[in-house]
This record gives sequence, structure tokens and C-alpha cells, in this order.
Amino acid sequence: MRIHPGQTDPALIRNFCIIAHIDHGKSTLADRMLQLTGVVEGRQMRAQYLDRMDIERERGITIKSQAVRLPWDGHVLNMIDTPGHVDFTYEVSRSLEACEGAVLLVDAAQGIEAQTLANLYLAMSADLHIIPVLNKIDLPAAQPDKYAEEIAGLIGCAPSDVLRVSGKTGVGVKELLDHVVQNVPAPVGDADAPARALIFDSVYDTYRGVVTYVRVVDGHLSKRERTIMMSTGATHETLEIGVISPDPVPSVSLGVGEVGYLITGVKDVRQARVGDTVTSVVKPALTALGGYDHPRPMVYSGLYPIDGDDYPELREALDKLRLNDAALAYEPETSAALGFGFRCGFLGLLHMEIVRERLEREFNLSLISTAPNVIYRVVMEDGKEIVVTNPSEFPSGKIAEIHEPMVKATLLSPSDHIGAIMELCQGRRGALLGMDYLSEDRVEIRYTLPLGEIIFDFFDQLKSRTRGYASLDYDPSGEQDADLVKVDILLQGEAVDAFSAIVHREKAYAYGVEMAKKLKELIPRQQFEVPIQAAIGARVIARENIRAIRKDVLAKCYGGDISRKRKLLEKQKEGKKRMKMVGRVEVPQEAFVAALSTEASAAEKAKK
Amino acid sequence: MPASGELPASAREGLGDRPFGFYVHVPFCVTRCGYCDFNTYTATELGPGASRADYAETAIEEVRLARRVLGDAELPVETVFFGGGTPTLLPPGDLARILRAIGEEFGLAPGAEVTTEANPESVDPAYLEGLLAGGFTRVSFGMQSAREHVLTVLDRRHTAGRPAEAVREAHAAGFAHVNLDLIYSTPGEDDDDWRASLAAAIEAGPDHVSAYSLIVEEGTRLAARIRRGELPMPDDDVAADRYLIADAMLAEAGFSWYEVSNWATSEEARCRHNLLYWTGGDWWGVGPGAHGHVGGTRWWNVKHPAAYASRLATGSSPGHAREVLSEEDRRMERLMLELRLDSGFPLAEIAPSARTAVAQALGNGLLATGPFASGRAVLTLKGRLLADALIRDLT
Repeated sequence: MRIHPGQTDPALIRNFCIIAHIDHGKSTLADRMLQLTGVVEGRQMRAQYLDRMDIERERGITIKSQAVRLPWDGHVLNMIDTPGHVDFTYEVSRSLEACEGAVLLVDAAQGIEAQTLANLYLAMSADLHIIPVLNKIDLPAAQPDKYAEEIAGLIGCAPSDVLRVSGKTGVGVKELLDHVVQNVPAPVGDADAPARALIFDSVYDTYRGVVTYVRVVDGHLSKRERTIMMSTGATHETLEIGVISPDPVPSVSLGVGEVGYLITGVKDVRQARVGDTVTSVVKPALTALGGYDHPRPMVYSGLYPIDGDDYPELREALDKLRLNDAALAYEPETSAALGFGFRCGFLGLLHMEIVRERLEREFNLSLISTAPNVIYRVVMEDGKEIVVTNPSEFPSGKIAEIHEPMVKATLLSPSDHIGAIMELCQGRRGALLGMDYLSEDRVEIRYTLPLGEIIFDFFDQLKSRTRGYASLDYDPSGEQDADLVKVDILLQGEAVDAFSAIVHREKAYAYGVEMAKKLKELIPRQQFEVPIQAAIGARVIARENIRAIRKDVLAKCYGGDISRKRKLLEKQKEGKKRMKMVGRVEVPQEAFVAALSTEASAAEKAKK
Repeated sequence: MPASGELPASAREGLGDRPFGFYVHVPFCVTRCGYCDFNTYTATELGPGASRADYAETAIEEVRLARRVLGDAELPVETVFFGGGTPTLLPPGDLARILRAIGEEFGLAPGAEVTTEANPESVDPAYLEGLLAGGFTRVSFGMQSAREHVLTVLDRRHTAGRPAEAVREAHAAGFAHVNLDLIYSTPGEDDDDWRASLAAAIEAGPDHVSAYSLIVEEGTRLAARIRRGELPMPDDDVAADRYLIADAMLAEAGFSWYEVSNWATSEEARCRHNLLYWTGGDWWGVGPGAHGHVGGTRWWNVKHPAAYASRLATGSSPGHAREVLSEEDRRMERLMLELRLDSGFPLAEIAPSARTAVAQALGNGLLATGPFASGRAVLTLKGRLLADALIRDLT
């Protein structure tokens, strides 16, 4: 009973997480651990047991972290899952904060990736004990010796210290669990002090409301106790407390070093935010655990239903998603071209993609998203400051300065792609910070780049120029002054708000030319000539013409053709209904979708 | 489609009040042209009742079936049209026998128009005399072009001079009405080629010309050649130019348009059979794949001649499927067909919701102002080229 929740001796607890790139086999390794420790029977096992959302399972990535309590060799192991992607750095840092050790899991056929490296640095700066592990050693393409050396060079161990496992076959997993018990430090805390627990995840469950995952640092939390969120002062009654193993197991309390969950009847994850400290109302702590931060959107985009009638459904869907996504921000927005929609703020590009995909998949919505936009601070000559998250907010008056957000980017790649990567980064107004060889043929390149340049098809370009081998991670890194302009696109003299973009002055011409060309291809000829112009303010920088259609008639219409022709016309009429009217110009939905998608994906669509 | 071929009650309503005609499909050709997607076969043997030699008897079976289905209604036949395929691959006597059967079952109206399509190379003076003797009043030749290189792309087998000769032979045999079919914007044809074709057609002296822009139909050899890049895709702007050339040259020569793709020298020279299609008349379509229409029901026969013949051999209808048009379908079809005619469509019958579109069409020069003032929507020259767009706007 020494390891019963709420009564576990901290000396027997090992809290660890797994840091890995998205397809390096973290979930499969976790599956093996669940089996070996006996918490999941073999026949109940399904692949990637811990990934709950369908989208996670299908994309093979874990968006939300989760903690599982595993009994092993008289000890309690709490495995805290961490999100693996660039947009969720803050959530990762909170998960790391809940641990004393981290398993650095690297695919033995691919080596370490940029995001893993970034998270490794986070783990090292959080002073975690790092256990380097090469996974997938069963693969024929595995090069464990090569990558063991690479990892050793990064964390300062000997290549022989790097464990070798196969999540698929189970080889080495037992040894890894033993290693965790022997080497990860036990948590240390004051059992008699006022309770302090770190929230490292918060998940909305349809049946239970918000489930909050915590790591108890000091004191203990109990069922029926009233708790207080230290950042907001909000109080709640703990309706249920327990551990996950791997399904929820209620307990009476959670003590020092323990990891588990709380249910308080809260309906919105915003009321139990990641990074916040939970304490007891009766005996409150005076100081919160450090490091709490509020997730701030970095990237904005307009989301519009393709069918305007779906607007209420979109609102409802966003409301539901927000219950489970504290970082998602949105407010209603109207576009002359696209109708009613929402301006949405995201942590980054992946976050944006995930939200969009969930809206389409789980709520069956068809959406147009406008080009992503970062946050610009525009200072006018009269000293007034305007925050621009949407090209339509870009002021037209005398501008003194424009500040754009910057990031520090780390790129890992085989060294033969250095040239291609540098070319890409220079083309995106990057400044080289440095470059290091991780091994003989792998290199880490560091740049500062404007975030605005990264959110626009940078990742696709990086992948295509390096044949998929390069990986990218970035962190916000202040602002810089930039010479930016708003480029408008006009159809028949009328600006189409959905196509406006804020771009660097030097790239305005290229953007205008490209957009005008694209639209010329995408918009069918009308009964009148349609000029397409790209303009900065009143100055036209590019122009294309869609010539008037001259022939739209089928020559033959005899006895046998009549039904066919009627059906064809009806089909064409249906197509017409799906057009958006911009002034007198009929613009197909697909034109918006294609024009607003990045070059690579637009070309792909065109091929189909 | 019931095996008896019986028509729904709605179709039989008003039978005899509308003009009635026959279309007879002859599904044989010597070779298949690369652009053609019609229901036609080049083999001489296609199975019992379906081969060329047996075809007339099989078709006559369907004429008799038509009489059974349509009952005792008084239905004098105003127009008969033999199309294909190449009807003139059958001996004139076979075509005449089918026509005679139609006359026997229904009676031909006084002055009935009886047309057959013919390839210029498939007839000679004796053949044409045979047709006239058999009761035919009109011949329509597939001339397509007067340029050898264009005829080659189209896989036509006649020489460039043959159509004019055929017209002379038809006139000599005593035919008052002769049509020439032309095709424009064939890959490789330029404006001058097209002018030359028109000039040759006019020179030959027909009283009717049909001119069609080449349509690249899916699944044809032509479509495959274009896909492979062997031939360029016909361009719509080029087709528009050719249409304007055609209308100007034909008008100059005394032809006036009465349907988007049809010109005639006089009221009498117009093809009454096609006008019957376009004005909601009734007709029975005889032959494999043939379409018929009676009182808002459209049906079509099984496509393969063997399947067609075997159905008739067992006394059942060769009808494959049919559709009974809704009121809305019929309104749509009426507008779609009548707007293409020089008589146009009554403004009063255009839906009130389309009034803005009507005004816009007038403003854009798609509808003629004169007839508009007297209550009719009639296409201008520009409007003829954009007829489909206008129809979509007005329905």
C-alpha cells in the first residue's frame, strides 16, 4: 500500500517525460510501457493508446499531453506526455516543469530533429535528468552508432550511455524503465507546507467538464477540498481527484511529488490554465510556483464558411473548441468578399492547421481561411500606435515606424542542404546567427527571421528544398523595424479585402504580380473585361486583364441533345450559385481557396 | 420504361394537337470519324436483325410499335428525318420502305418534309433519284470543309470538290431543298480556310447551311489526340471569330439565320423537322439510341443495334429509359430552345426574378432592341455567341 495514490512516499516516485519528434515512435514506446507495467492487458491494447483524439491518431502526433501512473519494481513512474510541436513550446515547458527526468527519444534511422533539440534544451535548462534513447533499432535503415555519437555530442555523455530500444518489438524497454527508476531523481517537496500544485494540462471532457492535470509540489490536495487558482483567485470545489493508470482512478488525495487529475465542475479550460498554481482555500500558499504565462496568439487568420448559411455552426464549433483550447482566440469579422466569419488567433501555423482541420472534420464545415497574418505594431507620425492583426486594419495615414515580430529559428539538416537553406532564409530577410556541425554530415543553422516570413509557406519550401530532411524550430525573439506595405488586390477597380496582404516593400511587386496572375487563371472569363490590379495605396504595381468571354454556346442542340443540354445548363447554374459576387464579378469559391493557399499547395491543387 | 413502351397519361394528353414527326437513326458508317461520338458502327454484321441488310425490317417493327403505343390518335406525320451514322449506306429502297411504313401506319401530312443525311461520297445520281422516287424531299450533306487538310483532321473520306458535285446531282435529280453541314475551328484550320469552305458551300447553291463549331467530345479519338498534344484544343475566341465570318458571308449570300447554327435562303428552306424539336413538337425516334419526345416525356432506345433488334424481335419496346419532365424542366427547355431561334422568346413568360438579367442583357447588347420593344427576347449576333450564358441568367 506504500504506493497507493495520496500515500506514496516521494522517494518511490519518478516523474519523467518523453521528448521526441512527431514520428519518432513516442506513442508506440508508451504503448510498450503500458503493457510491460501491466496497466493495460495485451488484449485491450490498441495502437497509440494514449492519443485520444482521432486527429492525433491519424496524423501520428500528440497535441495534448497526459500523465500515466505506472507501477514498476516497487516504484511509481509517472509518465508525462509532452506535445511535440513548435507551436506548443509553453505547454511543453510546463510539462517539463512537472518532471525530474526526461527521456530523449530519437529515431535511430533519422537522428535528432530541430523541435526535439529545442525541447531538449528546454529540459536541460529545467535541470532534468536526461536519458538518451535511440528508438526503432529494429529498422534496417537504423544507424544507431552514428546517431548515438550525435546525441552524445549534444548532451555531453558517452555514446555508450545512449540506450537502444524498439518500441515496436519491445527490445530494451524493460531496461529503460529500470534506468528511470535508478537514475531519475525522486521529487522533493514539503509535505507539511500549504498545498501547491502545478497545472501542466487541462482538458475538456464532454461528460466530466474540465479535467485538470497537476503535479503536487508541496502539501497535498484532497477530494471535497476547496481550491484556489493563484493567477485568477477563482475558487472551486474538488469534486474528484485521482490518477490516470491509464484510465482515471479516483483517490482521496494526492501528495508531494504525485501526478494526477482534478475535476472541479469547471466548463472551460480557461478557468484552469496551464502553468497556474492550485492551492487550498483553507490553508493557502503565499507564493505561486514560477513560470506562469498566458498563451498569446502569434498568428491570425480569418475563417469563413464557404456556405454563408453555416456561420452559426462555425460560431458554435469555435465555442466548443475553445472549451479545450485555452490558446484559441476569435472574434466576429466581416469581409466584403467572404461575408461573415471570425478573426482567429493561433499559437502558430500548426495550431492554425489543427483548429481548421478539427472544424472541418469534427463539425463538418467547409472553410476558407485568409492568408495568415502576424501582429504588427504601427506607429503613426502623430505618435498614435495601432496594432494590426489584419491587413484591413493597416492605417493609410503617415506612418512613422512599423514593428514586426521576430523569431530565432533553429534548422537541423544534412549538411548538403546548407546552401538551399541559407538561400531560403536570406530570401525571407533572415540574419544568420551561427552554424554548428552536430556530426560529420549534420548541421544546426540558426537564424533570426521575421515571423511573418515563416508563416507564409516557409515550412513547405524548407521541406521541398531539402527533400524533407530539414527540420525547423523557432522561438519568439522581440521585434524589428521593417519597411512594410499593404498590397491590395482590385477586381474591376474594387478592392477585395480577402486578398490584401502586408508584405515587405521589396516583395510587394512580386506579391502583386503573382496574385494578379493567379487570379487571372482562377477567375473564369465574364461577359465583360475584368481588370485585376495590385496596388499600394493608390499606386498600381501590377495589372492583368481577364478578357471578356466571347463564346458561350453549344453549337448543336438536336433531338437527342436536349436532355443532355438541359442538365448541363442546370449544372452550370448550380456552379454559378456557389460563386461569390465581387461587385459584378463572379468569383468561384475555389478561386479564394486556391489564391489564398500557399504556392506549393496551390500548384498541387492545380495538378488535380 | 415498361416493356410495352406505353407512355404515361400526361404524355398522351393533347396528342395530335402538336405537330408530329419521325426521326430514323441508321447506325452504320464505313469508318468512324475521329470527332464523332454518335451511336454508329462500322461492322456490316452486328447480329440478327441488326445488320445492315436486315435493318429496314427491324426499324419498321418499331414504327409498328409506335402505332400501337400511340393508339388510334390522328397523327399525320409532318416531318421525317433520317440521320446517323450514314443513312445512305443502306440502299435507297430500304430507306423508302421505312418511310412507306411510316406513311402506312400514320399517314404523311400533305407537303411533309422528308430529309436524309448523306455523306457526299456515299451517293450518286441514281441513288439520289431513288431517294426522290421513294418520297424524300430534302438531302443534307456532311460537307464539313472545302480544305483537304481540314477534312483529313476530321477523318472525312470525301474529296474537297465532292460536296458541290453532290449538291448539283441532288438538284439534277429534282431535290428543291439541299443542306450543307459545315464544321469550323477544327485544329489546323485558319480563317482563310474557313472562308474558302463557306465560299465553296455558297457556290454549290444549297438553300440551307448548318455550321457547327467543332466540339471535342470525351472519349473520341480526337479528344485523345488533343490530350496527347498531337493537335491543339480548339479555342473559343477563334470559334467566335469564325462564327462572325460565317454569319457575315452567309448573310451576304442571301442566307439568314433562324437558329444559332442554322441559316436558310427562305422560310420554305428552313428545316421543319429541326424546328419541330425546338418548338416542343412530338416525335418518335426509331433506331438504336434514338431519342423520342411526346408531350413532355423523353425516352431513348437501347444503344446497341443487336440489343435493339432482339427487343423488337420479342415484341417489346427497345426503350432503354425515359424521363417525365417537370413543369420547371419544360419551362427551362422551352427557353433554352426557343431563345436560340430568330423568333425568340416572349418576354412576358420570363420569370419576374430574371428581370434584372433581361435588362442587363439588353444593355450588354445580347438582346435585340427592336423585338424587345414588341415583347420578345431575340438574340443579337453577340447574343447568339453567348446564348448559354444568357439562358443561365434568365432561368
